Amino acid sequence: MHVLILGAGTAGTMAAAGLRHHLDDGDRITVVDVDDRHVYQPGQLLLPFGTYRESQLVRSRRAVLPRGVDLVTGEVDAVDAAASTVRLTDGTELGYDQLVIATGTSPRPDQTPGLLDGDHLARGVHEFYTLEGSIALREALARFDGGRLVVDIADTPVKCPVAPLEFTFLAESFLRQRGLRDRTDLTYVTPLDGAFTKPVAAAHLGSMLDDRKIHLEPDFLLEHVDADAGRIVSYDEREVGFDLLVVVPVNMGADFVARSGLGDELNHVRVDAHTLRSVDHGNVWAVGDAANLPTSKAGSVAHFSMPVLVTNVTDVIAGRAPSASFDGHANCFIESGDGKALLIDFNYDTEPLTGTYPLPVVGMPLLAESRLNHWGKLAFRHLYWNFLLPDRPLPISSRMSMLGKHAA
Amino acid sequence: MPVTTIAGRQVHVDAEGFLTEYDEWDESLAPVLAKAIGIELTDRHMEVVRFLRKDYLDQKETATTRRVQAVGGIPVKEQFTLFPAKPGKKMAYIAGLPKPKGCV
Repeated sequence: MHVLILGAGTAGTMAAAGLRHHLDDGDRITVVDVDDRHVYQPGQLLLPFGTYRESQLVRSRRAVLPRGVDLVTGEVDAVDAAASTVRLTDGTELGYDQLVIATGTSPRPDQTPGLLDGDHLARGVHEFYTLEGSIALREALARFDGGRLVVDIADTPVKCPVAPLEFTFLAESFLRQRGLRDRTDLTYVTPLDGAFTKPVAAAHLGSMLDDRKIHLEPDFLLEHVDADAGRIVSYDEREVGFDLLVVVPVNMGADFVARSGLGDELNHVRVDAHTLRSVDHGNVWAVGDAANLPTSKAGSVAHFSMPVLVTNVTDVIAGRAPSASFDGHANCFIESGDGKALLIDFNYDTEPLTGTYPLPVVGMPLLAESRLNHWGKLAFRHLYWNFLLPDRPLPISSRMSMLGKHAA
Repeated sequence: MPVTTIAGRQVHVDAEGFLTEYDEWDESLAPVLAKAIGIELTDRHMEVVRFLRKDYLDQKETATTRRVQAVGGIPVKEQFTLFPAKPGKKMAYIAGLPKPKGCV
């Protein structure tokens, strides 16, 4: 039996660890990725504000994968699902009995005219969804001495959908502490009709923008960036001028997903939202951001869905029908600046709730700012490397529980 | 779900007025729904509406503006001309479908 996992990021590494724990020792597991550099992506949000150094955010993929798993370095060219093989661009062919696609979703600045003109950094056009971009933004913020700071989401879905709001809150706090807030116009531009999709959270987060005198520009779908003139232009020809622009580019799944005929129009793998199994092929699965699940693209979703993936792949290997069902559970810390954060928790069917998490009474407050949530977010980096990636048990359930929570 | 009367017919709608039952819609409702949001339907509008209806049957969810461009062949720019300011929501409203899921 051979399980092939494409992608050794958050989801692929957790899948390798979970499957290694559950499969027989004689079953082989192979993971493919383009390099040996695992980046702790949540850190890219905080790095521009000096919270982390680069070295705290990068480890060897090999070092965080479990023993008994082979890592192949190479780029996937295409999956031949009919033949159950994967071809790499160097010509290598890998066969599989079960295939798990965990190649995530990636920023694609090439999808927006003018966003990637080669000289964009010099013209004040930035992003924080790559480590290199996050480092360049740290330098730009250090040089910034006031003017128009614009944060723009190009299109949805966005990987870690709360990150653009968090960046905006953190930037507001950062500028205030440096005495630059009065000299800065801060604008949050989004294709959504409010601060967030989920109505309860959108209302709460929208009032947090108001409180901080951050202008909200809703229903703005980015058509192109005119870096020379310092403005972004929407499809309905509205314009927002900037001195410093932080764009969240269009996010898309890997191109090989499209070439292999497994994806939707954004190259996310079409899977059953509850079993994580490909709707086209019975021995193909997708987990984490690579899948087209109708829930957030976020590490928490990869984590909460992992027991479902491991159970279902194990079931199918044993000749049974998949027995586990995913409920879309997601939760996110939202940094709100000044050493505080909120926590939100939701699934396919339930809006973000107020209350406490993970335990009623002693948990962290939901949908309310607190220092405890901020420290929770910082502690998370340790949990990530030492508990989440290696599939060590955490004292919280992956299924969403209503204990300690109330409808807002 | 509340029930409302559109063009003399009783239909189920959600809190924002989007029809909730796929089969309660037919093409005679489209111009009435369009007029309610200030749009005078043309053949081109109806091409979009028919694509959305057909695509919903296959996908079980409402196509996004990106999908209407990529699969339906109607450029996003034109969608904004046909259904000003909020094409995703307006197209879905006229086609009697749930509003498209944005980022979740």
